[in-house]
Amino acid sequence: MIEARNLTRRYGPTVAVDALSFDVRPGSVTGFLGPNGSGKSTTMRLILGLDRPDAGQARIGGRRYRELRWPLREVGALLEAKAFHPGRSARSHLAALAAGNAIPRTRVDEVLDLVGLTGAAGRRAGKFSLGMGQRLGVAAALLGDPAVLLLDEPVNGLDPEGVRWIRNLLRSLAAQGRTVFVSSHLISEMALTAERLVVIGRGRLLADTTVAELSEGSASLEDAFFRLTGDAVEYRGVA
Amino acid sequence: MTGRYGLAQAARMEWIKLRSLRSTWWTLAVTAAGTVGIGLAVGLNSKDASADLTNNALAGVVPGLLLTGALGVLTMTGEYTSGTIRATLAAIPRRPLVLAAKAAVFGAVTLIVGEAAAFIAFFAAAATLRHGIAAPALGDPGVLRAVVLSGAGFCLIGLLGLGLGAIIRYSAAAVGVLVAGVYVVAQVIGFVAHSAAAYMPILILENSLSTTRPVTCGPGADSCPSFLSAWAGLGVMSLYAVIALTAGGWLLARRDA
Repeated sequence: MIEARNLTRRYGPTVAVDALSFDVRPGSVTGFLGPNGSGKSTTMRLILGLDRPDAGQARIGGRRYRELRWPLREVGALLEAKAFHPGRSARSHLAALAAGNAIPRTRVDEVLDLVGLTGAAGRRAGKFSLGMGQRLGVAAALLGDPAVLLLDEPVNGLDPEGVRWIRNLLRSLAAQGRTVFVSSHLISEMALTAERLVVIGRGRLLADTTVAELSEGSASLEDAFFRLTGDAVEYRGVA
Repeated sequence: MTGRYGLAQAARMEWIKLRSLRSTWWTLAVTAAGTVGIGLAVGLNSKDASADLTNNALAGVVPGLLLTGALGVLTMTGEYTSGTIRATLAAIPRRPLVLAAKAAVFGAVTLIVGEAAAFIAFFAAAATLRHGIAAPALGDPGVLRAVVLSGAGFCLIGLLGLGLGAIIRYSAAAVGVLVAGVYVVAQVIGFVAHSAAAYMPILILENSLSTTRPVTCGPGADSCPSFLSAWAGLGVMSLYAVIALTAGGWLLARRDA
């Protein structure tokens, strides 16, 4: 369970996240939608304690991230592709993180196998493609077998097989009773993966609902999304 | 699972990170080889039996230090350049603990490598002295101290670099500040303000840590700073490292990652 309460973060005059409150419950995949620059990544960083909120707070299982006893065993996070040193192998990267939270070394090979990187585990991760980097990020998130997962744009750079793999993986993790919170700007992908949705625009909550509810009365989830975020789009091209 | 992550887990994590980069071992190997090589060259050319031969043998320490200092910087800034810092802080959200663990692991590794380099340089230079000069022995007054403290210099400059890396976060800028602070500014201040010169890291290393007897200036001694004693020099160098690490830890805990 992730609880955001009145979460607020400013960068200079810009309000990136504006009094955001929502709950992410266990047992289903919750999609986190919003236009570019709407504050999705900042919200995730606030939940993980990487950025400091100006007001409000986020709790995971009732505790702030900083207070967790074995963070990786409670929360798994994928924030950006390639959050690893290019000169280090995938195996060493995961082994270091595992050691940081006293996770058995055997778990490293398990997650490498799970994400399909066993064959590349000894190579320098700097040579990885974007998709392989994402797989390594997913492996790191799953390392501690956590009950709560946060993933920021996990399908970026993945091939169709990888996209389907992530979709099935997230759904099965949620079916095991875990809390799964996934941001994306790909509405069609969220329509297939998520049951619940948190939609934000310009840092504010626009909807906290289910995919079924939001799609109701619109031709597609995409149409419903545009109707909802029409006024909150910050960067728009000219057709 | 009971308990909570602490320094032991953080240190194990940092040790795996440090040892799993090939650049770590290359840099340390070049540091040691350079230190020994320069010591040998200077030793071979020593002609004055009354000179501080131990100090001559340790002549490679100061250039070698630059590499451990830069490695210290990169140990921290590399996390920011690559984005690893987010993964690190996800595992160890109590941030000062991360820097403490890095300092412990990196400090231990550079101390071991630094001592090895200093001792090898000393013995190599002593074994190859020419011109009929008697080699200094570890048992001679001040010799063991000079060799041990020179080895410690690698660790202290490395930790200074680590602290600067945590403060500045950008590799190029932090290495620049380290080189400027340790090498360039020291030379300038040495010319302008003689009393402050004794407190410059490089001059502490050259004139306090790696000497067996107080440095005297000979003619023109009125323009010569009175250098710190070896132990006072060690204290001042340690203080620099502690200040950089404390400031770095304080900033790490307060800034967005």
